[in-house]
Amino acid sequence: MKLTLKIWRQKSAQAKGSMQTYPIDGIDGDMSFLEMLDVLNTQLIDRGEEPVVFDHDCREGICGTCSLQINGEPHGPDRLITTCQLHMRKFNDGDTIVIEPFRAKAFPVIKDLMVDRSSFDRIQQAGGYVSVNTSGNTIDANAIPIEKDKADEAFNAAACIGCGACVAACKNASAMLFTAAKVSQFALLPQGRVEATRRVLNMVEQMDKEGFGNCTNTGACEVECPKGISLENIARMNREYLAASLRG
Amino acid sequence: MSNLNSKVPSGPLSEKWTKHKNDINLVNPANKRNIDVIVVGTGLAGGSAAATLAELGYNVKTFCYQDSPRRAHSIAAQGGINAAKNYQGDGDSTYRLFYDTVKGGDYRSREANVYRLAEVSANIIDQCVAQGVPFAREYGGLLDNRSFGGVLVSRTFYAKGQTGQQLLLGAYSAMNRQINRGKIKPFNRHEMLDLVIVDGKARGIIARDMVTGELERHSAHAVVIATGGYGNVFYLSTNAMGSNVTASWKIHKRGAYFANPCYTQIHPTCIPVSGDHQSKLTLMSESLRNDGRIWVPKKHEDAEAIRNGTLKPVDLKEEDRDYYLERRYPSFGNLVPRDVASRAAKERCDAGFGVNKTGEAVFLDFASAIMRYGKEAAAVQHIEDPSEETIRELGEKVIETKYGNLFQMYEKIVDANPYKTPMMIYPAVHYTMGGVWVDYNLETTIPGCYCAGEANFSDHGANRLGASALMQGLADGYFVLPYTIGDYLADDIRTGPIPTNSAEFDAAEKNVKDQIDALVNNNGTKSVDYFHKKLGKIMWNNVGMSRNAKGLEEAIAAIRELREAFWKDVRVPGAANEVNPELEKAMRVADFLELGELFAIDALHRNESCGGHFREEYQTEEGEAMRDDENFTYVAAWEYKGDPGKAVLHKEDLEFKDIQVKTRSYK
Amino acid sequence: MGLLKSSVARKVAMALSGLFLVFFLGQHFVINLSSVVDPDTFNSWSHFMGTNGLIQFVLQPILIFGVIFHFVLGFRLELQNNKARAIRYKSYKGQLSSSWASRNMLITGVVILAFLGLHFYDFWVPEIVHKYIESHPADAERYFPELVHKFESPVRVGLYCLAFVLLIFHLWHGFSSAFQSVGFNNKYSRGLKGFTRLYAVLIPLGFVFIALYHHFNQLHH
Repeated sequence: MKLTLKIWRQKSAQAKGSMQTYPIDGIDGDMSFLEMLDVLNTQLIDRGEEPVVFDHDCREGICGTCSLQINGEPHGPDRLITTCQLHMRKFNDGDTIVIEPFRAKAFPVIKDLMVDRSSFDRIQQAGGYVSVNTSGNTIDANAIPIEKDKADEAFNAAACIGCGACVAACKNASAMLFTAAKVSQFALLPQGRVEATRRVLNMVEQMDKEGFGNCTNTGACEVECPKGISLENIARMNREYLAASLRG
Repeated sequence: MSNLNSKVPSGPLSEKWTKHKNDINLVNPANKRNIDVIVVGTGLAGGSAAATLAELGYNVKTFCYQDSPRRAHSIAAQGGINAAKNYQGDGDSTYRLFYDTVKGGDYRSREANVYRLAEVSANIIDQCVAQGVPFAREYGGLLDNRSFGGVLVSRTFYAKGQTGQQLLLGAYSAMNRQINRGKIKPFNRHEMLDLVIVDGKARGIIARDMVTGELERHSAHAVVIATGGYGNVFYLSTNAMGSNVTASWKIHKRGAYFANPCYTQIHPTCIPVSGDHQSKLTLMSESLRNDGRIWVPKKHEDAEAIRNGTLKPVDLKEEDRDYYLERRYPSFGNLVPRDVASRAAKERCDAGFGVNKTGEAVFLDFASAIMRYGKEAAAVQHIEDPSEETIRELGEKVIETKYGNLFQMYEKIVDANPYKTPMMIYPAVHYTMGGVWVDYNLETTIPGCYCAGEANFSDHGANRLGASALMQGLADGYFVLPYTIGDYLADDIRTGPIPTNSAEFDAAEKNVKDQIDALVNNNGTKSVDYFHKKLGKIMWNNVGMSRNAKGLEEAIAAIRELREAFWKDVRVPGAANEVNPELEKAMRVADFLELGELFAIDALHRNESCGGHFREEYQTEEGEAMRDDENFTYVAAWEYKGDPGKAVLHKEDLEFKDIQVKTRSYK
Repeated sequence: MGLLKSSVARKVAMALSGLFLVFFLGQHFVINLSSVVDPDTFNSWSHFMGTNGLIQFVLQPILIFGVIFHFVLGFRLELQNNKARAIRYKSYKGQLSSSWASRNMLITGVVILAFLGLHFYDFWVPEIVHKYIESHPADAERYFPELVHKFESPVRVGLYCLAFVLLIFHLWHGFSSAFQSVGFNNKYSRGLKGFTRLYAVLIPLGFVFIALYHHFNQLHH
């Protein structure tokens, strides 16, 4: 397969970036998208140029490190996968592929396609936990039965990998789906209910502080989320937030 | 050669840990505020240790190369976590978990450690549920279990195929709570590049800020290394791209012994390699072996026909298939431990029965499970005389609810539908049982330097059972280290902050800087990956699933040669003072090139077959592993002497008082 | 505006003001529809609405406030949202993951706002001048002829129809979205969504029908 890559290059956070064009040949359909970039980088190194910097780690779609806006969509054209699981068989010979970093004020570019997503960490630090000591001296795990449906729903929300595709897809760069997933996980479980009020107020406050946009319910986040996190979580967070505000 | 002191407390096995906890020194809460601890690595072991230590009152600094602690590779563990809860009432107990783990490890693990692990396992589940980890539940609202390879009970707790993720996010949330309180200072995108020893004690680290390239000095009263395993020495493994041995190797070079490096787990169910471009391998959870049957064709001509596409696997008649695990191991069948399953697959493929283009794959077939479940579902739904099609449809639905995400993952990668045609799988490097030698307190041979999780060698012997890695990581971090480290730190309450302007810090920083400068200014002609791939090939071919003396000797020589070539000819583009992934890789590969040699040396010295270490010279006529308990019932801990080739062997003899050492049989 | 400090609160405020306007629209439609059925009913309802104190001095200011609030907040949110992505994508394919209506609420909103200006100029301003400045005596029969007169110009009717077509888009997303914003997303949501979509299409088309009806009716005479 022969392709033309248009890639955002930016030397550092302060530098001004631009799109650069790289023709590439000999790409196999069985390669993952990141392996295709590996091939490009090897060629760049051999030519004495600087390789393209991008975030990646587990390459099996679970760590949430890889990102990339590929042809206008986070994690590219396929659904329910991350960039590292995207395979080149989804593209055709002769295609031009535009590769950009996830764009948001709260995700500043560090270099090339690598962005700083520590804003997500700070949202979690604001309340994404149950305040229980790790001593292990808690009650027996089976002491509180939890409805299977509730537990499954909590799991589905907890499956978020924190990749930021929701923010990247949203026309407003809103982080509601990410924040709502964590709020939901704990709101659905009895262990999390105790701190529900504080948690939702603090996490939303931090989310706003980070400079994410407002949610306008376009639903793009849900469509582009590699883990299929549902919009219902946002509705739940809105509910939780309203209730918490009224409780004070 | 000396005998190592493992500091296992005296007394009966089942009382050792309780007694030890009562005997060791404690630090009072006011004094804990004056003590700093560095934790390197924020996976299950490091993350849980950091959270617990901070909760106890110590000032904790965490370091990870990822952009967030949540991305540590523990997140990729799929299947589950073992715990001796006996919720299923199927005869499980602390002793049985202990027994299974020691047996599974082929009697090469330290009895007392394993017993402690089994003992605290139940606590882990309580802890995780309290933290809001959404484990799978039954309709009655109680926790569900499933069974894993190498055991006869159902003791594995799970959260779909994402158990590691949920447990890691649990530890991460505990960390976040402490970060919010100011008790943990996280240093993400930081890589530890050296350990600083002052007056014989670990007192700090040199870390590189991977964004600015700056070298930083961080001091502490104790240093915990929890940076995972070294499977990436094989280049291709199921580890994350960034997983590395660097932290472990740096402390090894500073005096920590490295134990049993040759014990490597090759996981039987991974997606086969598709070509030279391959950058990593993907695991398919072991839980699939609960329902999938593994086979290859009985006849060479059928295997040939399947390989070149003229015969479809579904068209091959039952009697022409060789369900070799069921044939060889009737009592455990497809659920034999990982090392056994992997070797059996290799044996069949080496004999010419492999089923993909490269001849290195076997089938994992769900057809009979689909029909079995389909019939059950039809009966439950009172469908009379269901057609085969209806049964298959119903069965596929059942399989989908059990393994849907794994099947989807397989389809995305391989582009074949595993509901309709059997999966192809092949073994891949997955986990390293070997690692930094630690005593019962998880302290390395450097005072004040501790090691937890996969990075240490401690609990799995020569082979790890499924769903035990998560158990060990969390046991070390939540329940063991926080106690044992207090015993050491009790002497440090009056020490005060450790200055970072000492000669020792100067020297360590210079050491790191020199290495970086050498790499950046090397101006060679070949990329880092070129060397890493070459190293991987040597390791896989000569030090992989089966090994022999000749191949190992060749490997040692080849690795030495490759190491020299690397330092002469590697090209690292870019500068030291910026984001530079090639530089990061180069430093890691430099360490792999040293570890690889020690790995092969260890494999060569162990003249027996045990667990993940299989020496072709030591096997029964039926091809089963042959241990040599008389001569090799010990931990091989290697001391660094300036070059991996000059490493000095120290032995820790293993004693089995509460368990009878037997030949491992799964027949 | 303390209550509007957080993004979630603003979102809820947007939803509630929107729902209020949707309700008003429905009520307005019913009155307008009566003009097609029976001019006398239309006159009497209009007269009631135009002279009742509660409606004139309590509900009317609330409505005006609601309109202004919805617009001002909408603009503010859009401004903030723009700032949240300072550097734009070179390639952004929002159409693959979300509807045109949902991504262009500002455009449809602005057009509707412009139309509202016209509408105020056409109906509301003359009405206020008529009643409170020039102080004409109450005339319960004047509403219908005034209405018919306004639909004489084809240009005005054209603009009127265009605004209502865009209102379809605005409501298509906005009405159902409001329920999500206030936290209503459950097994009833599908049915509710169907209703909101039906409403979003039928009500504006109804207004268009009324306008065309009166416009073409005059041509015959």
